[in-house]
Amino acid sequence: MAPSLSDYKTGVHNDWCPGCGDFGILNAIQMSLAEMGVARHEAAIFSGIGCSGKTAHFVNVTGIHTLHGRVLPFAQGAALANPNMRIVAVGGDGDGLGIGAGHFVAAGRRNVNMAYIIFDNGVYGLTKGQASPTLKLGTKTKSLPSPNVNYNVNPVGLAVTSGFTFVARAYSYDVRQLKDIIKAAIAHEGLAFVDVLSPCPTYNDINTRDWYAGGGTGGGDGAERHSRIYRLEDEGYDPVVHFAGAGELNEKLGQALSRSLEWGERIPTGVFYHNETVTPYDGRIRDQIRNYAENPPALQAIESGGRATTDVSPMLDELAA
Amino acid sequence: MAGRVDVSWLVGGPQGSGVESAAGIFSGACASMGYHVFGKREFYSNIKGEHSYFVVRASSGEVRSNVSGADIMVAYDTETMLRHHADVRGGTIIYDSGMQKAMISDVATMDRDYAARLGAELAGAGRPEGVEGAVAAARGAGTAVHAVSFRAILSSLAEEAGNPRLRGMTRMFNVIGASLSMAALGIPEEATRAAIRRAFAAKPEVARLNEMAASRAYSAARSEVGRARATLAPRGGPREGTMLAQGYHGTAIGKIAAGCRFQSYYPITPASDESVYLESHVELGVAGSRPGSTLVVQCEDEISAIGMAIGSSIAGARSSTCTSGPGFSLMAECLGWAGINEVPLVITLYQRSGPATGLPTRHGQDDLLFAVHAGHGEFPRIVYASGDVEESFYDTARCFNYADVYQVPVIHMMDKYLASTILTCRRFEASRVSIDRGRLLTRRAGEGYRRFALGGDGISERARLGVEGAEFWCTGDEHDEAGHITEDPVVRAEMMRKRLSREGLALRAIPDAEQATLYGSGEIAIVSWGSTKGPILDALEEVRAGGGPEMRFVQVKMLHPFPASYVAHLLEGATTIVDVESNYTGQLGALFARSMGREPDHYILKYTGRAMTSTELAGALRRVAGGTAGRREVLTYGA
Repeated sequence: MAPSLSDYKTGVHNDWCPGCGDFGILNAIQMSLAEMGVARHEAAIFSGIGCSGKTAHFVNVTGIHTLHGRVLPFAQGAALANPNMRIVAVGGDGDGLGIGAGHFVAAGRRNVNMAYIIFDNGVYGLTKGQASPTLKLGTKTKSLPSPNVNYNVNPVGLAVTSGFTFVARAYSYDVRQLKDIIKAAIAHEGLAFVDVLSPCPTYNDINTRDWYAGGGTGGGDGAERHSRIYRLEDEGYDPVVHFAGAGELNEKLGQALSRSLEWGERIPTGVFYHNETVTPYDGRIRDQIRNYAENPPALQAIESGGRATTDVSPMLDELAA
Repeated sequence: MAGRVDVSWLVGGPQGSGVESAAGIFSGACASMGYHVFGKREFYSNIKGEHSYFVVRASSGEVRSNVSGADIMVAYDTETMLRHHADVRGGTIIYDSGMQKAMISDVATMDRDYAARLGAELAGAGRPEGVEGAVAAARGAGTAVHAVSFRAILSSLAEEAGNPRLRGMTRMFNVIGASLSMAALGIPEEATRAAIRRAFAAKPEVARLNEMAASRAYSAARSEVGRARATLAPRGGPREGTMLAQGYHGTAIGKIAAGCRFQSYYPITPASDESVYLESHVELGVAGSRPGSTLVVQCEDEISAIGMAIGSSIAGARSSTCTSGPGFSLMAECLGWAGINEVPLVITLYQRSGPATGLPTRHGQDDLLFAVHAGHGEFPRIVYASGDVEESFYDTARCFNYADVYQVPVIHMMDKYLASTILTCRRFEASRVSIDRGRLLTRRAGEGYRRFALGGDGISERARLGVEGAEFWCTGDEHDEAGHITEDPVVRAEMMRKRLSREGLALRAIPDAEQATLYGSGEIAIVSWGSTKGPILDALEEVRAGGGPEMRFVQVKMLHPFPASYVAHLLEGATTIVDVESNYTGQLGALFARSMGREPDHYILKYTGRAMTSTELAGALRRVAGGTAGRREVLTYGA
């Protein structure tokens, strides 16, 4: 019997604040796995530390709740040891773009076959609202004693320039679009990144649900409001690299970067960049290890009846005196 | 040790000039003749130009360490001549006559403090502060010193080959120097040429030219050097089942045999050689199965290296990382994660001298207490140390078994001294490697699988990723039996007991013979760990041969949990306890004191970044036996 949505939910109490954007992301992940029919034992959620880190406990597949900033190394190790698993890594923007930023860039260069979702709210929630890497310079949320003195990281732009081969942005209150993007990210051959704008109702009183919905645009309440969020696809934007020629590649990277800089009145969502012409890391491994896909590290036979079965005599012969 | 042939050979030159190849050729020839070989390399943290040297000891009996001094030295650069002429007392020096006029001030690479000390020494004896002074000093000490024009050998080679460009091929000075010294030692020319062919097997043309150079050097040695005072006469050929191994081969091939299939690392001296070896042997033959492979991933930092290895271990592969002190410092937080989540993992720790960057290419055993305590909070671990390269092969397999059976991280302590040795040892026997994966679950579980189920002996079934019906959770937070976060005080206490009781379990179940080894007997007992084993065993022989007392030596292999009762048993009847280790504070001594309730009586320590020689260690042990040793005996030999 095909699994249903409820099969992907655990009974673990969810202690996120009422109104948290993260609920939308959690639902979208569960719906994606259910709709894709991914068997529970064939998927694993890896998470970092922070509110988003608890996601691993709420999805009823194997969940590995790692350390602050380290979700990508753990997840890549698992994905490389058993490429048959569907690995989804999740974490906050402080986790992935502050303490874990080095791993973010290195992961892009590797392009391991998995998906990475950042719950992007601009604040460190569990430590009571300090500015996180995506909060804009000069922004003063209610939990900050003075305006943010650091320039913000551009998650989509950083992903595009680091080598991620599927880069998207979504909004946690548009669960339908979010779910479609997560499904595409999971299906993507290579490393996919989804930056999900997820309002923190407790500590970020600037980038609120109301703000994304158009609060503050048009100078007053009422009819003049318009949502700040728009979909790239509605403007005929084509993120796909079709031929891998240098000209096309530069054009696609350039347009993704350029769109990633839009903020304020108009905030794009959707797929910014999609390139399957780049060989994923497991393909690169197959150049060295011919049967990597059929016999990956985690599934290899290494003993028989408790005796080691690997033949080391070629190595020992090389060293014979 | 009457009748024993024992020759120490020293070669030095600028980093990048082929010092290591020269040592490989010498060692290879000696091993092929049937000698035991033990050599170590000293080098600066530098790519090209700084002083690097190799001391190789070839002997008719087993050798496990270097002695102080050398019987023969070949110097093809000024710094080697200046630094090491005094190491060869009464032996033979062969040097390139091209450097005859060079002064200390011409050697830009020499540490200023060293140059000042050397200059003062030569000037104090009324000698010129340069090569001529060094030559005079050496002759004054009874050393036979031979100047040979290396350039002239190149010229005759160029003439023979009909290629004038060879006159400028100074990069062959290493092979010319090695060959001159090998000729002087009486090593047959064919043995030298065979070793050259083997050293340059991948480059036949280079091998051919170097063989020709060797031949010219042999003729020059006949007319200009003659026989050295020490000789290495032909023996019966290579001993059966002997390998000529480098220090990292033990853990690298040990990992392959033990079924380690994933290694992640970040480049660091002296640990990277192991990973690079694995990278060059990725595809593996496996009896009764399709070919296997080791996936080696070079990471962005050591945090990623250990994180990936943990991820891979959770997926079910035997997984490992290999690092040195600075990298291990970065791994500390992840180590705790592996501890609280009961993840099997082997961290091979090739120590060097710290703290911080310390002496990045020099030896030290300063990380024992750090390995025992690394990471915040309390969690189980095993810290295990190998005493030599051959041991390290079998120990590597043990470490993986301990990790799997007890579901703990295992830190396998190695060091720079072990990493940069070249030595003859018995061929590793893979048939002696057993594999125990413990309670690893690879097939569908019954209902209600819980990764951290309480009860029994505290070790619960560990499903790998992808097993239907055995989904699980892990978290760095305290967790319940399913692996979900909890802050419940009762569960917390139960989980702490579940994890920490494992150390006692390991201590009881791991055979005594794997925890510590006893050598010899006597009322004076040495306790030590790791690579001091070789110098200690050789020093004990030397003390005995010189009419000193028999002493016993307890080599502690399992450092944590500490096998206190077994070590106490091995020390029964000992009146004097001597702690020997390469650090300042006596770290094993501290573990010993807290576990045994008694401090060692003496500490023999060395922290110059150079490994102990058996000679200086024997000297300190004689002082202990003679009642003249202080509480701390500090050793300093070596440049």
